[in-house]
Amino acid sequence: MSTQSVQVIVNGRHRSVDVEPRTLLSDALREELGLLGLHSACEQGVCGSCTVLIDGRSVRSCLTFAVQVADAEVVTIEGVGSADVLHHVQDALSRHHGLQCGYCTPGVVLSAIELLDTLSEPTRNDVEEWMSGNLCRCTGYSGIINAICDVAQSRSEVAQGDQS
Amino acid sequence: MKPSAFDYIAASTASDAIDVLSGSTDAQLIAGGQSLVPLMNLRLARPMVLVDINRVGELGRIDVGDAAIRVGALSRHSEVQASQSVRDHAPLIAEAASLIGHVAIRNRGTFGGSVAHADPAAELPAALVALNAQILVLGTTGERTVPATEFFTGHFSTALRSAEMVVGVEVPRRTGSVGSAFEEFTPRTGDFAIVGVAATVELSDDGSCSNVRVVACGVDDRPVDLTDGCQTLIGERTIEGALARDLGAQVARLVTPPTDIRATSQDRLELIQLVTIEALRRAITRAGGAENEEVDR
Repeated sequence: MSTQSVQVIVNGRHRSVDVEPRTLLSDALREELGLLGLHSACEQGVCGSCTVLIDGRSVRSCLTFAVQVADAEVVTIEGVGSADVLHHVQDALSRHHGLQCGYCTPGVVLSAIELLDTLSEPTRNDVEEWMSGNLCRCTGYSGIINAICDVAQSRSEVAQGDQS
Repeated sequence: MKPSAFDYIAASTASDAIDVLSGSTDAQLIAGGQSLVPLMNLRLARPMVLVDINRVGELGRIDVGDAAIRVGALSRHSEVQASQSVRDHAPLIAEAASLIGHVAIRNRGTFGGSVAHADPAAELPAALVALNAQILVLGTTGERTVPATEFFTGHFSTALRSAEMVVGVEVPRRTGSVGSAFEEFTPRTGDFAIVGVAATVELSDDGSCSNVRVVACGVDDRPVDLTDGCQTLIGERTIEGALARDLGAQVARLVTPPTDIRATSQDRLELIQLVTIEALRRAITRAGGAENEEVDR
């Protein structure tokens, strides 16, 4: 089967990948670009592990073909924070025991970033509902929800401090 | 868990897509892909040609007309849910869209895709039947309109003919003192509804119900109109006691729900009564002046 060349911006860098039409975005990012922080699990859109941001919105990369993201901006977990300086969502997850095995965590972080970009002052209920698309079999979710609420709360306090 | 090979064609207009569909016996449209790609990954679907309509911008518009609001087939559920036009003129549609799957599914999944897929448990088909919407269909000989009441013909089956596609839906604008609500029962947020109900209620000047319409999903192979079972509500202001029991019994008489891996027929029979009453109660409250509250639950 012939391949197609797809130009895409991944974590801020222009990249080109040669893929078959049937290549899932999750496989292209892992196998062609070596972004192994992206975790595939169910490959039928149920678990949320493979969540990436496409043009700022969370998307299941296992339900998207790589040929469909030509010219789009994709962010994977490799584009978030660094080993030395964690993103504040990553830092909060660490402090609140919002991860154990870590398999779901890349998807959790990206969904949480979209949530915090979309809702200025999310309630706990907003967070629970938003994160319902990311399955975690370790934490029982409390740590994940607590971490995201903590980030939202700190941000809100900082904003109020700026106004006074 | 990988799809079989296919040829990929990115259409730039809707008529391009129709040309490809009419020239191939095994071509399939893809929009959001949130139902199709799982089926392809599981190899339950193996189209030879995939026609991608994601770049057909003309299909993604939401326009408000004099009598109806037109929602383009490529509108994402998250856009429909957030659209002020939809919330103002067809709040039932915004509420139904907000109940579909999870955020990432709604970011990608499309209005037209859900209509054409015709899952018997899906929210939008029931809401469109309840609102007497018109489905806009494009084929090789041009556009035709199919009433939502006639569009859904069975499990994943519609009135679409070969080489036809849904390009949009026209939903009559909400008028006067009409309130609506979509209520459903799901074991977990984002799951398919075990049963769901789209309800609209119109109040007369004295605040009593003058018109009621109720359509359910998840109780048969297509949306089921339960309006006939709700006529005892006409002239009433609230649903309490004997009226609630009578209404539940009448609704139950109209359905013979299926048993499947998620719920028994008896479970669904009990749930549809509770969900219908709850949907009607909320629709009455909104008709009385709180129409747009809680649309985005």
